[in-house]
Amino acid sequence: MKIGVVTFPGTLDDVDASRAVTIGGNEAVALWHGDHDLKGVDAVVLPGGFSFGDYLRCGAISRFSPVMTEVIEAAKKGMPVLGICNGFQILCESHLLPGALIRNDHRKFVCKDQVLRIENNSTPWTSSYDKNAEITVVLKNGEGSYVADEATLDLLEGEGRVVARYLGGNPNGSLRDIAGITNERGNVVGLMPHPEHAVEDLCGPGTDGLGFFTSLAATVFA
Amino acid sequence: MARVVVDVMLKPEILDPQGKAVAGALPRLGFTNVVGVRQGKRFEIEVDEVTDAVLAEVEKMAETLLANTVIEDFVVRVEDPSGATA
Repeated sequence: MKIGVVTFPGTLDDVDASRAVTIGGNEAVALWHGDHDLKGVDAVVLPGGFSFGDYLRCGAISRFSPVMTEVIEAAKKGMPVLGICNGFQILCESHLLPGALIRNDHRKFVCKDQVLRIENNSTPWTSSYDKNAEITVVLKNGEGSYVADEATLDLLEGEGRVVARYLGGNPNGSLRDIAGITNERGNVVGLMPHPEHAVEDLCGPGTDGLGFFTSLAATVFA
Repeated sequence: MARVVVDVMLKPEILDPQGKAVAGALPRLGFTNVVGVRQGKRFEIEVDEVTDAVLAEVEKMAETLLANTVIEDFVVRVEDPSGATA
């Protein structure tokens, strides 16, 4: 499986994401934000960082990068897209996912190992996990507080679209402890913590994040 | 040249940590009559002249990029050269 990893100006986790893709048994394809084509990839990862310096709002300017036109079109046709941290912010700004991410309620940047519960294991990014699996990955963000109106939150809960929830304390004020969500179709996933930093024993809290990068191999594409 | 101003504010129901930080600092400086502060953004858009078409375009800009209407409200207004707003 070829998985594209997009680099925007200011992206910083693209190399880790590509490495995680490779360790997960897939081929990583570097995509540049100014590209107009997806080079035939089967899926796309929008990695973390501070694209366009996070000016205006996180992800607001990157959403209009040329490559996003292709990503949005492909996502609407069902291509798996995973947005991690800044990538999650870009997916919300692109309206591929509902809601928005605002500054952490305690106003501080967080960097810690975070326990999550995988509540939806039927997405192409989480099928390697058991339902309600508890995993530990890295969390690092300043604007990671997920917000949406009550109706949207109820809809997400009702349709099982909360992919991951924070356990052991809410690190940033996210409504209903939401750490990650998926779209109606289930192919687009946004996640605030960083599974790509938990794929090797040498670095990070373990290898619990690897499931996000091995799930695709187990998924049959339509 | 003319100026169109777009004010963007977080919706009232959305938590504003920046405003809260400012509100927390003010009493420490002796400004004790503050009940709350919310912090927004002001965009000054310079245009050749203000026409209905230009205003419609600024409105579109605000909706497309300047504000995230999921969490923010915006107001578009024309600033007259004397500095007063119309």
